[in-house]
Amino acid sequence: MPKVTFRTDWCKGCGLCALVCPKQIIVIAKDKINQKGHSPAEITDQSKCIGCAFCATMCPDCIIKVEK
Amino acid sequence: MVVFEKPKSLCDVPLHYCPGCTHGIIHRLVAEAIDELGIEGRTIGVAPVGCAVMAYNYFNCDMVEAAHGRAPAVATGIKRADPENIVFSYQGDGDLASIGTAETVHAATRNENITVIFVNNAIYGMTGGQMAPTTLPGQITQTSPYGRDVKHCGYPVKISEMLSQLEGPEYIERVAVNNVKNIRAAKKAIKKAFQNQVEGKGFSLIEVISSCPTNWGLSPEKALQWLEENMIPYYPLGVYKDRTAQKEAESK
Repeated sequence: MPKVTFRTDWCKGCGLCALVCPKQIIVIAKDKINQKGHSPAEITDQSKCIGCAFCATMCPDCIIKVEK
Repeated sequence: MVVFEKPKSLCDVPLHYCPGCTHGIIHRLVAEAIDELGIEGRTIGVAPVGCAVMAYNYFNCDMVEAAHGRAPAVATGIKRADPENIVFSYQGDGDLASIGTAETVHAATRNENITVIFVNNAIYGMTGGQMAPTTLPGQITQTSPYGRDVKHCGYPVKISEMLSQLEGPEYIERVAVNNVKNIRAAKKAIKKAFQNQVEGKGFSLIEVISSCPTNWGLSPEKALQWLEENMIPYYPLGVYKDRTAQKEAESK
């Protein structure tokens, strides 16, 4: 099953990953805050992930790892 | 099986760029090209002055910091001193299209065997959003608060079109990084630019249309939309010069 992991500490919460996700399962967690003071991106339903790596391709900070 | 992870040629450090700045994507594409061609050990990069001034902290290869705009001249020196090196410069529009225009044009016309990555975001980013040579007509910046007036400031410099008129350069292409499709095309172009150098073909320049959410005053998402609606029509994407393809077409 595809697995997406975010390096949350380095996320700047720009939301570009959520913008390109074809399954719309990435959100910016407004109720959380990371070391840099940003609300990080997180995946809501891992089981719906198709492992397309669009999020990782779009991430400017290269914090997303995609495994299949 | 790993589908996607950080390329080895990119250092494992956080980037200093603003949230949503596409510099990070372009850094990664360059690092992926270096990895895929297996040239990490003999690659030397030249960092510019601008937002990417600290690019030497991010690429896992030897890096040199050039004076403002002089990256193609410094790259020329490094390449000529030891042609075995793979030399690339990474420059913004203020660096390459303003203060460094002379160096760029002359490196291109001499067909120096180097690769230039030109990041065009239509504004001076690092210094706080002043009007750049590539700022679009009517675009609002810190120094053009009523929009760029072409009667007063002239028209934007279209580097790819301009350099493609020269006989010297081997390869000139303009790409964008506003969506996944364009990022894949940009990756292909950047890899080709490095491949050309490995094969000794000569000067390759890839102009990457990029966004600057902070200084455009837009959210990262809206900035990409603005890029697509305003910048791409003014700076059309595509291959502007490919001498090898031209020669092949002529010989047929």
